[in-house]
Amino acid sequence: MLDLLTGFVGELRAAGIPVSLTEHLDAAEAMRHVPIEDREALKYTLGASLVKSSAHWRAYETAFEIYFSLRGPEYRIDGDQDGAGELETDDAGRMNGQGRQQGQGRGRGSGGGEGMTPEELADLLYKALLGANDAMVAAVARQAVTRYAGMEAGRPVGGTYYLYRTLRNLDLDGVLERLMSEARSSTRALNDDLSTSAEAPPVTLTSLEERLLRDEFQARIDQLRAEIENEIRRRLVADRGSEALAKSLRKPLPEDIDVMHATRDELVALRKALVPLSRKLAVRLARKRRHGRKGPLDFRSTVRHSLSTGGVPVDPKFRYPRPSKPEIVVIADISGSVASFARFTLHLVHAISSQFSKVRSFVFIDGIDEVSRFFDRVDDPTDAVQRINTEADVIWVDGHSDYGHAFTVFWERWGEEITPRSSVLLLGDARNNYHASQAWVIKELRARARHVYWLNPEPRAYWNSGDSIVGEYAVHCDDVVECRTLRQLEQFVGNLA
Amino acid sequence: MTGVVDPVGPLRSSEEITTGFPVAGAPRFESIDAVRQGLAGVDYLADDGISGVVFLADRLAKPVLVEGPAGTGKTELAKSVARLTGSRLIRLQCYEGLDESKALYEWNYKKQLLRIQADSGQSWEELEDNIFSEEFLLTRPLLEAIRSPEPVVLLVDEVDRVELETEALLLEILSEYQVSIPELGTVRATQIPLVFLTSNNTRELSEALKRRCLYLHIDYPKLDRERAIIETRVPGISQSLADQVARIVRSIRTLDLKKDPSVSETLDWARTLVVLGVESIDVEQARDTLHILLKYQTDIERAAKELAGVESPD
Repeated sequence: MLDLLTGFVGELRAAGIPVSLTEHLDAAEAMRHVPIEDREALKYTLGASLVKSSAHWRAYETAFEIYFSLRGPEYRIDGDQDGAGELETDDAGRMNGQGRQQGQGRGRGSGGGEGMTPEELADLLYKALLGANDAMVAAVARQAVTRYAGMEAGRPVGGTYYLYRTLRNLDLDGVLERLMSEARSSTRALNDDLSTSAEAPPVTLTSLEERLLRDEFQARIDQLRAEIENEIRRRLVADRGSEALAKSLRKPLPEDIDVMHATRDELVALRKALVPLSRKLAVRLARKRRHGRKGPLDFRSTVRHSLSTGGVPVDPKFRYPRPSKPEIVVIADISGSVASFARFTLHLVHAISSQFSKVRSFVFIDGIDEVSRFFDRVDDPTDAVQRINTEADVIWVDGHSDYGHAFTVFWERWGEEITPRSSVLLLGDARNNYHASQAWVIKELRARARHVYWLNPEPRAYWNSGDSIVGEYAVHCDDVVECRTLRQLEQFVGNLA
Repeated sequence: MTGVVDPVGPLRSSEEITTGFPVAGAPRFESIDAVRQGLAGVDYLADDGISGVVFLADRLAKPVLVEGPAGTGKTELAKSVARLTGSRLIRLQCYEGLDESKALYEWNYKKQLLRIQADSGQSWEELEDNIFSEEFLLTRPLLEAIRSPEPVVLLVDEVDRVELETEALLLEILSEYQVSIPELGTVRATQIPLVFLTSNNTRELSEALKRRCLYLHIDYPKLDRERAIIETRVPGISQSLADQVARIVRSIRTLDLKKDPSVSETLDWARTLVVLGVESIDVEQARDTLHILLKYQTDIERAAKELAGVESPD
């Protein structure tokens, strides 16, 4: 068991969760007090001693599920007990084998049996969801994985592939619609009964009830999805062992998610992480400004105070520090490929705008527009970022990135306003669709502004490949920074202020 | 003085020296289930995570750092545990500028001055020993908690409000359950108190603090638990109304709002509905009372619009 824990801690560290030696000891101590067979209790107690931040919980959970997964014969991928000749048999045979075993092992007669038709399975799924029957949902998930995922032992495919295959066959959106229409018609039936029997007011599904019902079903479907995911993972663990799998399923911490390739769920996690991050960054910067440096020597004050010590300047006085706050100009590409990255950066910069004397933001695709006005007198940058998407006027010709044109227009219209106090941040992957680069604008900007930085959300290896011309701009910038994750972004902005 | 004062330095039991862990007293709880049932007995409905961590905190004699959104019952947990174990609750509310003299102990200067003036016959050594004795010590919450002879639950509320440097004050008491007073020696706890620290996560706490604690994150409850919470905490609410309230709140939480409704706000809302004599909520009533649930005008407008909903296609 201790070996398992050590391996588990190693995996957590590999996933980026800092686990100190004391915490490891605590976890080992904790395991003595908790019944090992109570899996949920074990998960929470280990979590309490190993994971010290809620943002890390998701990564922890995944690792836990893998390392302490339920193991047993029913989770083997090749369901047939005979094993050896299994791989040659066709799919149908395998599914039957699995189905039979489940029927025996779990005593779920309705679900098991000699393999169900897809219609029966769909029907069962529908009933399970309608009745909110947890055990049944779990059974359906198992069946669905067996039937649709087409898992093969030893096949080096990620879990997401199997998940996709299973979900595609289940058509959950369709199921949701069916559930809703069923609910509607059942109220209508009730309504008919009532109107025939008495003078009761007609019962209809109000929009409020409808909304609640939809959320209810959606929650159940999410539960099913999680169940399917668990099932697939369990089988993969049984097939490949925990360590190999942990590596392939490792979920990045929110601050390490690659913004450009984030999935929808990851984007939600990112948005959640961004708010506390910007708040912490603002506190840190304010503190740095308050303490830290002292101003230059205040000669007059020093001499005056030295009179009490007979003219010996024992206690030198310093001027109150007034570090100048930089002025920030953000020019961001918001075309499809880098849109989410631009949004996060704008959000972060404006959230800590009190740390800058002025923040101006511009967005472009092939046209360019100033969006600072959206952020004025708004407490929460989220709304403003939303409005940028809908209201900013950034299309000039065809809505494909044209850095050259955007920069030229910027120079003509706002170039005068760049002063030696401004730091200019350029955001984008510099994929210019083979338009002219107009790099001279950056050169001019560099001559006027205090600094010009380029933040590129692409991995450094991809720079200057294909239509990326970041190199042409880079020669005129103070620095070009690879900025793919919130951690990198936070670091950059922190250094800037 | 009821705490053990050891002028030479902290003496430890042999077990503590060998294991490096503070030795827990007699266990307060039988099992994790006992914690859950006990907490339910004092009207606090704990989930697996909460009861597991409370159980472990007692067994390992470790403080619990509780984080989570505002109004999810972090402070309430400490209070409930105190009620459950029949302990005294000692609370230290943190704020910016909290210092040693307000958190740990302070010498009673006025009394010391009086003592010096009142007695002139003594030599200085005698006097010095005398005025730095327990008689002149004002205990503050942290010292109070470890000196107390009866069982104590110590609640350090909103620990993220103190400055990073002030956190260091807590470290000794959290890991060793002792306080060192230079003039007096080290005061060690006679009984190990259960310690809860709460944080709203406005800043990152120091690693040193986190390392010494068990970590518990309390999030908004799942539907079933929230419904159960409403039923236990709001007297006279019907089951169907509780169910409806819980479901509406869940729907509202799925919206992207500035501030999601917390559990305490949900309870307030449920109470309001009971007082108004509402049997089942319709859109009108929901809209009229939303301001109890949500505290931002934009959020209220948004939720009202969403709940009124788009008319169904058929």
